[in-house]
Amino acid sequence: MRIVLILLGFLSFGPAGCSLQWNDPYPAAERGANILYTAFIQRPKHLDPVQSYTSDEALFTRQILEPPLQYHYLKRPYELMPMTAVSLPQVTEIDGGRFTEYEIRIRPGILYQPHPAFVEANQALSEARIARLGNPYELPLGTRELVAADYVYQIKRLAHPRLHSPIFGLMAESIVGLKALATRLNTRLTAADAEGGEWLDLRDFELEGVQVVDRHTYRIRVNGRYPQFKYWLAMPFFAPIPWEAERFFHQPGMARRNFTLDWWPVGTGPYMLTQHDPNTRMVLERNPNYRGTPYPAEGEPQDAAAGLLRDAGKPMPFIDRIVFSREKESVPYWNKFLQGYYDSAAISSDSFDQAVRVAVDGAAEPSPEMLEKGIALSTSVAATIYYFGFNMKDPVVGGDSERARKLRQAISIAVDMEEYLAIFQNGRGVVAHSPIPPGLFGRREGEAGINPVTHAWRNGRAERRSLEEAKRLLAQAGYPDGRDARTGAPLVLYFDTTSRGPGDKARLDWWRQQFAKLSIQLEVRDTDWNRFQEKIRKGSQQVYGLGWSADYPDPENFLFLLHGPQARADGAGANSSNYANPEFDRLFERMKDLPDSPERQRLIDRMVDIARRDAPWIFGFHPTDYTLHHAWLSNVKPNEMAGNTFQYLRLDPAQRVAAREAWNRPVLLWPGLLLAGLAVSAVPALRSYRRRERMAAKRPA
Amino acid sequence: MPFLPVILATDALLWLLVAAVGLYAWYCVRRPHLALPWQRVFRTRAAAVCTVVLACYAAIGLADSLHYRPALPGPGASYSPEVHSLLDLGLARLREGRERTYSAPLATRSYAREQVEVDGRMVRAYPRLLHGGAHLEDEAERPRDIAARVGLGLFCASLAAMALGLIVKRLERRRPGYPWRTAGATLLVILAVALPVAFLAGGYHVLGTDKVGQDVLYQALKSVRVSLVIGTLTTLVLLPLGIALGVMAGYFRGWVDDVIQYVYTTLNSIPGVLLIAAAVLMMQVVIDRHPEWFATAAQRADVRLLVLCAILGLTSWTGLARLLRGEALKLSQLEYIQAAHAFGVSHARVLGRHILPNVTHIVVITVVMDFSGLVLAEAVLSYVGVGVDPSTTSFGTMINAARLEMGREPVVWWSLAAAFVFMFALVLAANLFADAVRDGFDPRVRMGPAA
Amino acid sequence: MLAYILRRALYAVPILVGVNLLTFALFFVVNTPDDMARMQLGVKRVTPEAIEKWKAERGYDKPLVFNAGAGGAAKLTDTVFFQKSLRLFVFDFGAAEDGRDIAAEIRARMWPSLALALPVLLVGLAVNVTFAMTLAFFRATYLDFWGVVLCVAMMSISTLFYIIGGQYVAAKLWHLVPISGYAHGFDAARFLVLPVIIGVVGGIGAGSRWYRTLFLEEMGRDYVRTARAKGLAEPTVLFRHVLKNAMIPILTGVVVLVPLLFLGSLLMESFFGIPGLGSYTIDAIQGQDFAVVRAMVFVGSVLYILGLLLTDLSYTLVDPRVRLD
Repeated sequence: MRIVLILLGFLSFGPAGCSLQWNDPYPAAERGANILYTAFIQRPKHLDPVQSYTSDEALFTRQILEPPLQYHYLKRPYELMPMTAVSLPQVTEIDGGRFTEYEIRIRPGILYQPHPAFVEANQALSEARIARLGNPYELPLGTRELVAADYVYQIKRLAHPRLHSPIFGLMAESIVGLKALATRLNTRLTAADAEGGEWLDLRDFELEGVQVVDRHTYRIRVNGRYPQFKYWLAMPFFAPIPWEAERFFHQPGMARRNFTLDWWPVGTGPYMLTQHDPNTRMVLERNPNYRGTPYPAEGEPQDAAAGLLRDAGKPMPFIDRIVFSREKESVPYWNKFLQGYYDSAAISSDSFDQAVRVAVDGAAEPSPEMLEKGIALSTSVAATIYYFGFNMKDPVVGGDSERARKLRQAISIAVDMEEYLAIFQNGRGVVAHSPIPPGLFGRREGEAGINPVTHAWRNGRAERRSLEEAKRLLAQAGYPDGRDARTGAPLVLYFDTTSRGPGDKARLDWWRQQFAKLSIQLEVRDTDWNRFQEKIRKGSQQVYGLGWSADYPDPENFLFLLHGPQARADGAGANSSNYANPEFDRLFERMKDLPDSPERQRLIDRMVDIARRDAPWIFGFHPTDYTLHHAWLSNVKPNEMAGNTFQYLRLDPAQRVAAREAWNRPVLLWPGLLLAGLAVSAVPALRSYRRRERMAAKRPA
Repeated sequence: MPFLPVILATDALLWLLVAAVGLYAWYCVRRPHLALPWQRVFRTRAAAVCTVVLACYAAIGLADSLHYRPALPGPGASYSPEVHSLLDLGLARLREGRERTYSAPLATRSYAREQVEVDGRMVRAYPRLLHGGAHLEDEAERPRDIAARVGLGLFCASLAAMALGLIVKRLERRRPGYPWRTAGATLLVILAVALPVAFLAGGYHVLGTDKVGQDVLYQALKSVRVSLVIGTLTTLVLLPLGIALGVMAGYFRGWVDDVIQYVYTTLNSIPGVLLIAAAVLMMQVVIDRHPEWFATAAQRADVRLLVLCAILGLTSWTGLARLLRGEALKLSQLEYIQAAHAFGVSHARVLGRHILPNVTHIVVITVVMDFSGLVLAEAVLSYVGVGVDPSTTSFGTMINAARLEMGREPVVWWSLAAAFVFMFALVLAANLFADAVRDGFDPRVRMGPAA
Repeated sequence: MLAYILRRALYAVPILVGVNLLTFALFFVVNTPDDMARMQLGVKRVTPEAIEKWKAERGYDKPLVFNAGAGGAAKLTDTVFFQKSLRLFVFDFGAAEDGRDIAAEIRARMWPSLALALPVLLVGLAVNVTFAMTLAFFRATYLDFWGVVLCVAMMSISTLFYIIGGQYVAAKLWHLVPISGYAHGFDAARFLVLPVIIGVVGGIGAGSRWYRTLFLEEMGRDYVRTARAKGLAEPTVLFRHVLKNAMIPILTGVVVLVPLLFLGSLLMESFFGIPGLGSYTIDAIQGQDFAVVRAMVFVGSVLYILGLLLTDLSYTLVDPRVRLD
């Protein structure tokens, strides 16, 4: 009975607010406000643009920080356009291609978000004041104009030895003088440590290759021709950082309270981070000083019909606040989306059938249940590849011998990626025939784009070659029926992988089945991520799987994964298969500096052909992202490259309030019956108690 | 030879355990004072029911503990690196009858739509299963077919009932005083469920299939062994440590006691999950660094399981040690032990003859009581990611996978349900049996409820 | 009394040293400082120099336990172990490997953990005592029998089933509570109702059965017989005498747990998205963040020892015969 009372007490106490919506995870006061609700899965590790590299972090940094360039929201293939710059950078070659110089002019009059760093008084706070501070925005706020020097300042920060920029190694090769700056900073820092680690003003240090021309113009000089450099200028690594902010956060006592640039980024973008609680919620608030860039007026042909141009020319952003809630598990994430508490959601493989109906022609649309709720679907093939590689240094599957090549080819045929996609991805993905994903230059579609080793073109589509062909290749490789022809020993291969989640056992079983089709025994060596990395680093893996997401939409960013000099086992390159083919490498060197042209296409075709024949990878698949969003959210178009997409979105809060109310009526019948049942079950106890009382009365003790 | 016997480490230990239990039973039967508490246990009806249930689980587990590698066809005596067990042989149909993905219990069609080619066009539809109900020409036949199989199973069960009845009668005459009837009835109920299921399993996936189309019934049966291994072998590790250290601390006192107390307070004060997680991760690294130690994946998974038992044992011997320390402390003060000392009897002899036999009841109760807790712990550890090898099927891995299935719509409930039922029955039987054992061995507690 | 507490505190020091040594050993067999650096620096474009720099900055470039290169006492002190452990004893946990301050994180996460664990403990205690009392009252009747069977059945169900089932039914099907999440302040109640109920229900089986045994044991004592003989009504006997005396072992059993409540519940927190110390610990194990794991182990050990001390003290409070010396 007491349980019943407590339960009732809880239920009557719990729901605050007038309507019957007990499962609303947000404060009732927020209902009806122009707030976008979404989730983040991994807590961001770094929000400082000098370090931030992962997509979990880009979710926040891209809304706040503005590099000079950006990708067009609607146009495909991806197109670079200016963000804070007036136009695309002017590129001049110097010394006949020994250097290239990029001159960038930024718009005058752009203001930073309100921030305490711009108020002089805040630069000398007492430690006691800092200790009382809950949030830096509690201090008086100021702003100032964005200048070219801020961009230069951030580029210098890339060389800062304390900040560990992940791209420092790469940029030190390209940006003139960056390496020298790092050395100078390093000696200076060691000296500074002896004095007590004061703030290092990078404005006092010269960076040879990066110069401020005037208040709104700066130049970057890079070594050689490096046409991909322009893509880097669209990444937050090249966003502006005001020196005031760095100095502000360097005051003693700040770091201990997590008041750092890494935790509270400062920028000129449409939003500013005002609440940072990586365990529960992060909040982006509209930046009141934002200049209000207009919504794009042109896009792909079908965009107008899809209503994506309705807001053309209107100043962005449209949404006042974005609330990110931490959602570690996929099931609650999905269920909250269905209840209307998230405005959009990616679909996990397990909820796919419920959410999406794939039409006869393979086009996907939301299932009837989803349509009834007004949920819309958007898909996009990611500039990503998941591949399964052979270690070319391995004595069995690796090497340039015909025997090993045939073995690899046989396995490439037998591993049925189409089935993998069907089972584990619900068909959300495209089987890869080369390293280059769709939408990038160098990619070929249709018959010209198939991998002739594993597929054949029949009836107007790519069909995987038969198992018989694979078995024939295997026999030619010297393993008829999966037994070594010389010794009769069964062929045993090792699949190195790292698994965590509950769905992984099924995946590993599937892999065993695929090799069993060729009578090859597959042993799965499953280790933790560190051990897996170590194996790859040492080149002791045999068969393994990895993924790569593009940094920028250029085929160079994929083909370099097979570039011999970048072999992982010999250095720290990204070529985890340790594939090295002299001709491929020669072609790569030529291809990477060429602008997109028929010449470049020809080189890429050659390279892809070589890679297909050598089969260092089982070309896995390019995943398709399926994202659902509710009817009250508009202007949604997935964009793999641009991260600053929140400003384009529009929201109808009234519609959302109505839908949430309709979908979340608490079901009271069953819990009521349950409570009643509990109460009834107490009756025999009471009766028996009465009886005993009477008996005790009758029978003297 | 058509097969190569493989003795996995846990197999050897399990059979050793069976032998030890047999030996102990034989030893007890000849000594009435030892047999008495066990007689008290087995004379209760609850214990009879539980014994039958646990025996069934043990039979499954032990059948799954006889491993071999089948010979490969072709020249030369080479054997498949895949290790099978006797149970796999018996359930070959379930193991090999693999679908592509989910199917509901007793279904004939897949649970998820797939791209299927119909008349040369690609359509997204529910395809027929490769094995489940594949013998049916017409799917409308299904209810009748199922009824026929269930009927056949029940018929066989009723035949068994008659045989059982005769046996029970004889046993009642030969050894009266034990609840033979209850035991027989329990066995009958189990048969009445198992036989129809067995007949159904010949043509269907009785409990459906999982994400990659493996039969859930098969997985549940395979999980039994892991539970038994964890529940029993862990205690095997824990016992020598707990007994030796506990008794020594209580008996010798002084610095021995101080050292042992220090060790177990230190171990105890680390949050259990953290200690286990760290130890399991470490063990995994060692195993990963030495792939050459293991000829097959089954051996590797098996060693991992064994080490998991060892770690669980190493981190949980402290409770037993503390109990035994107290008991030994009390015993060593008794007059007859003091007298033994006075006569110059060696420590080893005093410990072996006087102390150890007097703490056996505590050991027996601990062993039985720990079993169910360990089975439950396995599931939790697998959730945290430090449980059994991912290639091993266990209740923990089943539940863990089922977590995601609960997010599907329509929901995939059968994996979770199967794990629940099999695990619940095992743990419930173990718990009730433990109660009976405790009541039988510990006169003090037995007094309570009778009052 | 004060002297006793002081002595116990001193006694705790070697235990904490042992704990530290053990976790340190376990963790560094698993993880080399290189691994940690890689984990933190990410996978894309990491150079060996970056790793060396990372290690040097955080003091992981020293030898682990024994520095052969140094002279004198520095052989032992100029090592990762010494440098990293010493500061723990003054509760200076330093920064996690990603640079966040651990002590601040623990302070922030402590409250959600407590907000979940304390109600579970208190409500659970009330429910279990009530249920056990009822069973003891109806001892040796069919109610008692089935009650005990129910208890055993309930404790035979894995916690995972309670959590998965409860979340599915109450949050997904019935829309009664948010599926997961957390809010600070009083708003947290909505998120905590379901986990608390699940925690309580999951604990009924084992708890009630144990308390019932305690009650029955107490009922078998002479003073109860005397009380009955005096003609006191059964409820009076139960509530006045039996409950009062049986509460001593119950409460002392609970006191041990109180400090550990801060550590939170690993499973419940990660299923319901409650940002407490339990989920912090799981994340740290999976993210191989040594600094956090070590800090949590240390805090756990300290709390455990505190719990033992509290238990001893509570004995003297409830039973004047026990004296600490």
